[in-house]
Amino acid sequence: MALEAFFKKPKNELEKGGRLPKIKPETAQYELCEKCPDCGSEIPLSALWENMHQCRCGHCFRMNARERIRLLADKDTFTELYGDMQSADILNFPGYKNKLESTRTSARELEAVICGEARIGGYPCALFVMDPYFMMGSMGTVVGEKITLLFEYAIDRRLPVLGCTVSGGARMQEGILSLMQMAKTSGAVKKHSDAGLLYIALLTDPTTGGVTASFAMQGDIILAEPGATIGFAGQRLVEQTTRKKLPAGFQKAETVLEHGFLDMIVPRPEQKRVITALLALHRPEGENHEVGV
Amino acid sequence: MKSAYDYVKTARSNDRQTGLDYITHIFKGFIELHGDRRFADDPSVVGGLAWLDDTPFTVIAIERGRDTKSRIKRNFGMAHPEGYRKALRLMRQAEKFNRPVVCFVDTCGAYPGVGAEERGQGQAIAENIMEMTALRVPILSILVGEGGSGGALALAVANEVWMLENATYSVIAPESCANILWRDPEKAPEAAESLRLTAQDNYELGVVERIISEKGGDAQRLFASLAADILSWYMKMKAYTPEELAEMRYRRFRQLGVPKAP
Repeated sequence: MALEAFFKKPKNELEKGGRLPKIKPETAQYELCEKCPDCGSEIPLSALWENMHQCRCGHCFRMNARERIRLLADKDTFTELYGDMQSADILNFPGYKNKLESTRTSARELEAVICGEARIGGYPCALFVMDPYFMMGSMGTVVGEKITLLFEYAIDRRLPVLGCTVSGGARMQEGILSLMQMAKTSGAVKKHSDAGLLYIALLTDPTTGGVTASFAMQGDIILAEPGATIGFAGQRLVEQTTRKKLPAGFQKAETVLEHGFLDMIVPRPEQKRVITALLALHRPEGENHEVGV
Repeated sequence: MKSAYDYVKTARSNDRQTGLDYITHIFKGFIELHGDRRFADDPSVVGGLAWLDDTPFTVIAIERGRDTKSRIKRNFGMAHPEGYRKALRLMRQAEKFNRPVVCFVDTCGAYPGVGAEERGQGQAIAENIMEMTALRVPILSILVGEGGSGGALALAVANEVWMLENATYSVIAPESCANILWRDPEKAPEAAESLRLTAQDNYELGVVERIISEKGGDAQRLFASLAADILSWYMKMKAYTPEELAEMRYRRFRQLGVPKAP
């Protein structure tokens, strides 16, 4: 967009981005809608699916890991790795076994992260994508192990890593061993980094706790989705501890960017283009991949 | 029998020695160094140089304070990002001058405050953890009181981790865990039991190498025995090259929580 366009008032509806399609009541009653927490409009689910789970106003709805892989990876290039690993109730933690079983059924995934290799814009990379629908992307031993294995895989093959994070933090049902995954994954990120390889992190809503305090904040380049909550401590805990109302925009990606902890905020439709451009800038010398987005 | 929650209460007790006590009683000639060279000096994290026998050490401790006044000054041992950045600065300095590092950990967690978040609490912890995995000098971390989550781990990515017999080390405070799971902080004792946070639990899970006897509460005997233990640990570590030390540390954490093949 030209710079002067920022200062011009929109002349008509189309310049503003167009009106939301009016849905006739007789069709609407058959379709479930989701309400956008930002602009308040009711969006039919089919429209959400067609538009990368994004509202017209730019609000990003949560997205499961498979959809995100479809959005980012070139068609039919994703090969899953470590897909059969699944958590066990290692500490006999109350309710964990049932929770795992019911989550596996509802999320239709075995774990909260999906790893693999893919091409993005023609460039090969190792990819891990966390899933908000699997215990809010919490990191237990299997999540830690899969991400560590992926970085080791990437070191062996000299691949860049793209990691999409969404997490409530360490998985308390696996106790101290969950905490240890922060050190385990960080060690692998460090080795990958020391090998001169690129790691791009894409932080999505919410990225908090032990994931923020480890691999989410260790990217060479850290991207975030608009409006994502990014922080270490939970907002309720901060409020309780400080006994003050939180400032506007606290832990929002836009504020975190302002404080210097992110490289950029990238809207969903732009993500593949931006990541491709970054991979191109870091491609190994002498390699010339066919680029096509 | 002492319940897990009894251990939590003991670890938090005001009668216990705090981080600075360990530094000043175990080491000689402590010179405190301040500041993270970025923004501030965080009094929750104390660090500097000291002698043990005839070897210079870099020593770092989370200090929670002994009385009301010092507890407020030390923010009850809840560090801000500046505290972690100061610790990392001192560890890098130790690496430059080839000094071993000893950390004393005693915190209920990193400070959950607005400024701490705005200045990158998560990033500060992440950087410490990542850099510590590859530091080229030996690191020993001793959990002397409460080991609260990421705020404790940020000083505990070490070649060996020891725990005092009444210390705890947990992914989450039992009160918070009970609140999330059962919406009832009163069930903290049940949560403490399930979290496996005592020294014995951590030892059985392979998270710590050694449980240190507190000598029935005789602090002087504890300091003397720790001094001897730290020295013999250092003698053992001296045999390794910088690369081996980093690789051993990486392997130590690499094998924690590797799921069994189905």
